[in-house]
Amino acid sequence: MSLEFLVASAIAVLVAGGIYLALRGRTFQVVLGLTLLSYAINLFLFAIGRLIVDRPPLYAKDLTAHADPLPQALVLTAIVITFGMTALTVILSLRSFLESGSDQVDGLADPDAEEPA
Amino acid sequence: MTLLDHLPIAPVVIPAMTAPLAMMLMRRHARAATALSLGGCVAMLVAACTLFAVAQDGAIRSYALGAWPAPFGIVLVLDRLAAMMLVLAALLATVVLGHALVTGADRRGWHFHPLFHFQLMGLNGAFLTGDLFNLFVFFEVLLIASYGLMLHGQGALRMKAGVAYVVVNIVGSALFLIALGLLYGLTATLNMADLAVRIAALGAADQGLLRVAGLLLMTVFALKAAVVPLHLWLPRTYAATMPVVAALFAIMTKVGVYAMIRTVPLIFGAQAGAAAWVPAPYLLPAAILGAVVGFVGVLAARGLREQAAFAVLASTGTLLMAVASWRAATLAAALYYMVQAVLAGAALFLVADVTMRRRGQYADALVPSPRFAGQDAAGLLYLAAAIGAVGLPPLAGFVGKLLILNASFATPGWPAVWTTILVTTLIGVIGFSRSGSTLFWKASAADADPIACPARSRAEFIAPALLLAVLAALTVAAGWVTAQTRATAAQVMAPGPYVAAILGAAR
Repeated sequence: MSLEFLVASAIAVLVAGGIYLALRGRTFQVVLGLTLLSYAINLFLFAIGRLIVDRPPLYAKDLTAHADPLPQALVLTAIVITFGMTALTVILSLRSFLESGSDQVDGLADPDAEEPA
Repeated sequence: MTLLDHLPIAPVVIPAMTAPLAMMLMRRHARAATALSLGGCVAMLVAACTLFAVAQDGAIRSYALGAWPAPFGIVLVLDRLAAMMLVLAALLATVVLGHALVTGADRRGWHFHPLFHFQLMGLNGAFLTGDLFNLFVFFEVLLIASYGLMLHGQGALRMKAGVAYVVVNIVGSALFLIALGLLYGLTATLNMADLAVRIAALGAADQGLLRVAGLLLMTVFALKAAVVPLHLWLPRTYAATMPVVAALFAIMTKVGVYAMIRTVPLIFGAQAGAAAWVPAPYLLPAAILGAVVGFVGVLAARGLREQAAFAVLASTGTLLMAVASWRAATLAAALYYMVQAVLAGAALFLVADVTMRRRGQYADALVPSPRFAGQDAAGLLYLAAAIGAVGLPPLAGFVGKLLILNASFATPGWPAVWTTILVTTLIGVIGFSRSGSTLFWKASAADADPIACPARSRAEFIAPALLLAVLAALTVAAGWVTAQTRATAAQVMAPGPYVAAILGAAR
């Protein structure tokens, strides 16, 4: 199995799980789904600089080949943004749950909720 | 470099300075913070107008951040399109902020002013940037600020709509990153001008991926622009948020359209192989659906804010019908329509705000209510705003639709465009007149006592009236404005000078 296949299938599994969870009805699962999705994106962004092993990331005069450092900068930016976004979604879901008493994304009453005694 | 050479960064720097200062001042010196916020808006308007005057000579100016040369560093690009959008955003922001101050909407939470300015920073940056990843970052800035603004004033309904809005946009951002990744993997650059050059030189093996990347990118922009069928987030969000905030959001959907207008002729133009004019086959049907859904929504809406939200949808649809053929003539008409549609949409939201503040418990529901204070003035403003939104003379919406009809006559899809525009306009007229007569003419028989509402100042009417006056001015100055949009469209449709200006004449 090649490295490319491993990385690609890992991304595919993450994306599939992310999409499945993001389409669920409860905010907690949706948040998890979005997190999985963002992991997949970060991996994908790493891979766009090509999967090269054992090359220095920085430019030096006597080097003929080096890894592409830009995807790493992009991933860093993307990680920071997703981190903030995830925190925001968590807080927002929590507030929405506390205000409406339901953690359904559409805000309707929870179908599985236990009847109050 | 003189000060004028540094001016392109001003629309990003001014709100970036204003926002944190306003946040720090807000607790102790609320007055100073408000004054600063308003001052920031006015300064931005001045800067935008100066840039607009600078861009009049038709040259494309690039501003290299940190003086890094073009394909390596990030550049801001000032051309006619960017300057026009900057003026529009600054004008809208100043009027909307004035309205927020007059109505006290900014005092419903601590962070209205900082969020407002961060939103403007994102908008201005998105208009100016010449780098796709930087566009993503500015999109995020304006979205994160919009999450805060959207929830401003709070309430359970707003929270629920907020969760959906945030989730949809996070998924959109994920798609944006995938598209950027694909483009970078193919071309090893994210500078728009450099992308244009390198995509034209791609080999046959990469054409499939290129097409995927282009379509993904367009999907993201369509999501931001709320193009049908990616529009479902918009009515719910805009109807749940405060009308003042929604008035500012009227320009946010048009940022998606702006991004399409910026990237398609430049990057995915005729030279782009398999990705040439990549959204073209899908855009016209989507735009027609958008106009229909929007105006039917105007007819079916149960509240003023919901109606205004659907009017925004409808205007995006109408606008994209003109954009979809990617010709300079139709694009010029589309740009004129876009400018007036932003102002008309904002005016509708502001009128909804003024009305619902005076109707007490009836708020913005489209049901007959007892008389309320200022009913006649609000009714007149509603009439004018509806005329603007639906596109009847004498306001600029009429000129805009006329220009679109006239320009699209030369395109192959003209029967569909003509039918849609004429029929949807009729539906819109019926929708607005029905809700207007319900709101302002039908007196509820149940209780004849006028609604007692706390004294409202007449100053609230100024901001919507001002927007409507600008719409009227756009009609009066239609000759000058269309000359502007024609020059802008010609500049946008000719990517050669853009690439030369960014990468230098050597390339």
